[in-house]
Amino acid sequence: MDRVLFKGARLIDPASRTDETADVLVVDGLVQDVGKKLTSSDAEIIDCDGAVIAPGLVDPHVHLREPGREDEETVASGSAAAACGGFTAICAMPNTDPVCDNATVAEKIASRGRAAGLVEVLPAGAITKGLLGEELASIGEMTVSSARVRLFTDDGRGVQDSRLLRRAMEYIKGFDAVCAEHCEEETLSHAGQMNEGEFSSMLGLKGIPSEAEEIALARDLALAHLTGVKFHALHVSTAGAVELIRAAKARGARVTAEVTPHHLVLTDAELVGYDTNYKVNPPLRSSADVEALRVGLADGTIDAIATDHAPHSSEEKETEFEQAPPGMLGLETSLAVVLTEIVGAGVITLPEMVERMSTGPSRVLGLGGHGGPVTPGEPANLVVFDPQGQWTVDPSRFASLSANSPWIGRKLKGAVLHTVFQGRLTLRDGELMQGALV
Amino acid sequence: MIKHLLSIDQLVPDQIDLIMRTADSLREVGTRTIKKVPALRGRTVCNLFFEPSTRTRISFELAAKRLSADVVTFTADAKTSVSKGESFRDTAQTLQAMGVDAIVIRHSSSGAPVLLSKWVDASVINAGDGLHEHPTQALLDLYSIRERFGSFEGLRVGIVGDVVHSRVARSNVKALAKMGAIVTLVGPPTLMPPAVETWGVEVTTDLDEVLPKLDVAYLLRVQTERMNEKLFPTAREYAALWGLDRRRVAMMKPEGLIMHPGPMNRGVEIASNVADLERSIITNQVTNGISVRSALLYLMLGDTAVSDEDSEEDIDG
Repeated sequence: MDRVLFKGARLIDPASRTDETADVLVVDGLVQDVGKKLTSSDAEIIDCDGAVIAPGLVDPHVHLREPGREDEETVASGSAAAACGGFTAICAMPNTDPVCDNATVAEKIASRGRAAGLVEVLPAGAITKGLLGEELASIGEMTVSSARVRLFTDDGRGVQDSRLLRRAMEYIKGFDAVCAEHCEEETLSHAGQMNEGEFSSMLGLKGIPSEAEEIALARDLALAHLTGVKFHALHVSTAGAVELIRAAKARGARVTAEVTPHHLVLTDAELVGYDTNYKVNPPLRSSADVEALRVGLADGTIDAIATDHAPHSSEEKETEFEQAPPGMLGLETSLAVVLTEIVGAGVITLPEMVERMSTGPSRVLGLGGHGGPVTPGEPANLVVFDPQGQWTVDPSRFASLSANSPWIGRKLKGAVLHTVFQGRLTLRDGELMQGALV
Repeated sequence: MIKHLLSIDQLVPDQIDLIMRTADSLREVGTRTIKKVPALRGRTVCNLFFEPSTRTRISFELAAKRLSADVVTFTADAKTSVSKGESFRDTAQTLQAMGVDAIVIRHSSSGAPVLLSKWVDASVINAGDGLHEHPTQALLDLYSIRERFGSFEGLRVGIVGDVVHSRVARSNVKALAKMGAIVTLVGPPTLMPPAVETWGVEVTTDLDEVLPKLDVAYLLRVQTERMNEKLFPTAREYAALWGLDRRRVAMMKPEGLIMHPGPMNRGVEIASNVADLERSIITNQVTNGISVRSALLYLMLGDTAVSDEDSEEDIDG
């Protein structure tokens, strides 16, 4: 199947400033034509009436657990979850075992991604060896490796040592890569389990104050200014952090930021009941923070929506709250959660959503071939979704190997119909095409 | 009555009243030569203690045995248990398979009883979870206050000391407020909980200022590990500013009570010669603990548990 004609969808393509009904003809991995009433005698025709066609979603922040915890997720299962969620590119965080702090591990993850053939898997490299925050990882080798690592982070932790982070930023800048930080001042967040506030106080769980994120972010922005590195703030969660990013952008800093669907929708009130599926880091914050994140998303302070897809086994999650690792799944629910709760609430428009979930994250990653434009000659990485399609989140339908999702049982509006990666359908009518490229 | 007791939040004042009145009837049993009634004969209560606690465990054991329940005790350090490889979930499933009627759980992790209640059919009673709650301690404290004052309306209770790390304080603040008492938290600012303004209580650092107004001075234990966390400069400074000594007792109302959940740090939060005063009802609290816990077990597990006319509201956790 080399020629497919998507008929009658609403084409939303922020990169070409397009929002109109248009047919898209895909031939041999590329968009061949875009226009009204296209015909093709030998292409398969897929009727997309009432659906949206857009550049494939891009997730700058996922955890694939391979190597190390292949019982929780693999590059292949994570790629499948991504395809089901409408993604065509994902950036895999380096906190695997062994850590992705060298070219060998990075190339392994990238080659597993190519073998799965469902999405583009971009390994992120560690900033420090073993994520220990002590000495620089092999940043240069990773960038020039066949994995072409372009984003470096110690995600899961921030680099605590300011002098080391300064050196890392200078070094990363030399390779024109992105320095991304999980902003957390660990002496302040020490032993914290959830957002500090009314609910942590009531539940008797140690709190993580917003300031633990904001102090780290303020320092990082200062160092990014000092070094001139391209800086990306991972999973921004507080009102103060949004304000810091906004101010940095107003100064013209080379800074980008992402927010997760869960931080845009859920608050620390969800922790009543001690359900460990709501335990994430940074923690779910207050309703005032949620409101500020939504404003930041709408006004462009926040560039991208990222899932922070973090699979964990049920053994790890079905335990005492303090013992449970932080993290929740996101790839297979992200689009629907954002459509239902954020677009549905009028926070952003549908085209803005496509921008924040595809074009924006591509820009963050400096990634060509994704995020549009959907114009002739460009790689065909596309998603087709029904913004009105209702479904109930059911873990038995997850392509992910894990099920730690707080959205289970929720009715959501917004269903992914087809995902096209490099011109091939990886998801068709909501069903995964196994080995689409292989 | 309720199926589980996980938090004071689950109880309405009428239910607390019922527990108090039932404890009145059961207290008499403790004064007999044969300290036993057959109310829970054939029922099994499991004491599941993941944190060392002699006092609470023995109190629950006596409470259940006075009602003729069979009592089994499972003690495991939460950390040892984890290192042995058996998860909390597996322990719960084991107890579920053994078919006990009630599980009294003490755990170092906040929320552990809530999780347990989702995994087993037995009634779950929270005997202290992390920094969260210790509802039966609050009930026995209410009972001890009621014994002296008859009611709670308008009583002023000062809870003094390490509130932020105290499950006793969380349960007592809720229980006292429900019953109409006015609570003031007193202590070093570093031992007050975050967002304390949402607790609906008064807060002060000045014990001397508040002490003359109090009907009850409830002192919390200052744990040695808090001293190591540098939450206040020294034990000596703590004792000087927030310790209850004879000089401060003299400032109290003549009928003002002194309470403590135990175990005490004599010389830190309470002077040794104060702990043994007549107005200090610390040992009464211990005695009352058995009657109150008996009452609770009786109401939750006895034949009247479901149909009791006084419990119209069935609030489930």
